[in-house]
Amino acid sequence: MLSQILYALPFLAQGFAVTLWVSLLVVVLSLIAGVALGVGLVYGPAPLRWAVRIFSDTIRGIPILVLMFFVYYGLPAAALHLQSFWAAVLALTLFKTAQVVEYVRGAVGSIPKGQSEAAMAIGLTFRQRLTSVIFPQAFRRFLPPWINGVTDAVKGSALVSLLGITDLMQAINQVIGRTYEAMPLYILGALIYFAVNYALSYASRRLEQRFAFIRD
Amino acid sequence: MATSLNDTTALLDIAGVSKAFGSVEVLRSVSLKVEKGEVVTVIGPSGSGKTTLLRCVNFLESYDSGSIRIDGKEVGFREAGARQRRSERDLAAMRAETGMVFQSFNLFPHLTAAGNIMLGLIKVRGKSKAEARQIAEHWLGRVGLAHKADSLPAELSGGQQQRVGIARAVAMEPKILLLDEITSALDPELVGEVLAVVRSLAEDGMTMVMVTHEMAFARDASSRIVFMADGGVSAVGPPKEILAQETTNERLRSFLARFRASHF
Repeated sequence: MLSQILYALPFLAQGFAVTLWVSLLVVVLSLIAGVALGVGLVYGPAPLRWAVRIFSDTIRGIPILVLMFFVYYGLPAAALHLQSFWAAVLALTLFKTAQVVEYVRGAVGSIPKGQSEAAMAIGLTFRQRLTSVIFPQAFRRFLPPWINGVTDAVKGSALVSLLGITDLMQAINQVIGRTYEAMPLYILGALIYFAVNYALSYASRRLEQRFAFIRD
Repeated sequence: MATSLNDTTALLDIAGVSKAFGSVEVLRSVSLKVEKGEVVTVIGPSGSGKTTLLRCVNFLESYDSGSIRIDGKEVGFREAGARQRRSERDLAAMRAETGMVFQSFNLFPHLTAAGNIMLGLIKVRGKSKAEARQIAEHWLGRVGLAHKADSLPAELSGGQQQRVGIARAVAMEPKILLLDEITSALDPELVGEVLAVVRSLAEDGMTMVMVTHEMAFARDASSRIVFMADGGVSAVGPPKEILAQETTNERLRSFLARFRASHF
């Protein structure tokens, strides 16, 4: 079994890199888009709030796999041709963005109104209120569900293999196609995914402790 | 007492301000002038519009009609425009001209006592960190909390938190300090330490408008008392005059009677 794993490792390395790259792109892009839309959902004018609400509810109501096939096979009909890699990243990002919107809404919405008012009263602008008063407090509430979502993104990135992209999952399948020894490879794959996600959870706990200033 | 109505140099000039929440009129054409250095206390039954009036002065609440000027400048709206709201940046700059202390303190829980005071000094007044720290320490000393500079709000008592709240507001050197029932959330034995700070600021000549239920404080420490009822100013004048009106002003009499009944 060990020899099979050693044989497979070089083949998996590149797929693992793709998995990390997809995950990183999805996490970063969805974080930026999700925070922007989430702030829009909490503080924006009514039309923007409705638009974000519809976006979030729609995306979260669709299975991620359907969303991915829709982006890959459906968008070309709208004259938007994406390489399979970017179609997969776009679909996963849309899905993750809708979740980040909800985390932001929950975290920012949990900060008492008096905090905004106190920040207004000393003359902070909207942007300053967000960055100096609201976000630092909301961060602690945002972090646990978000890290949870990040580990989901790493695991969910395995779906890109269905569009023929050679990520870790696809690389595992390719090696199995040659060796006809499925179990050692799947165990190895599970361990790699687990190692990444456990490291993330661990980092999250450390981060939470650092931001655990007393409240209420 | 400088209360002449023709005085156009009033530091705070509230003129005919009205506001409704839906069909409920909370402010009915309220007018009030406050001169530099005055301490004006606003009393009245709950629901009389005291707090709303105070929140209009720094535009935490908008109002439907009338005008509020500080040092001649309209607070929430652009001067010439037909009630066109100021830009976010403008509004922030106007708000920095007033300081506000809240009933529920509203300290920033993620910042230390000094950090709470430094935030506005750095972000709004453009002070360096070292300078802001120095000012924060000065004001913490003034409110008797020099030794608590690096404590988080959660580590302070209510009275201490409120004194930090006051220090945070005055450190910005506002033209007017607005105090919104600042002792109402405090245990009775902590009220004194907070009022002592307010009194010392009054002695320094800080202009203040204070909504309060502390009648003894209103009587002893204010230049004028404003009695509000049903969204309007029912009586205004020096404490002695106001208390003397108890015989002629039916609303004032019933307010004070109820007040005495509940506070002995």
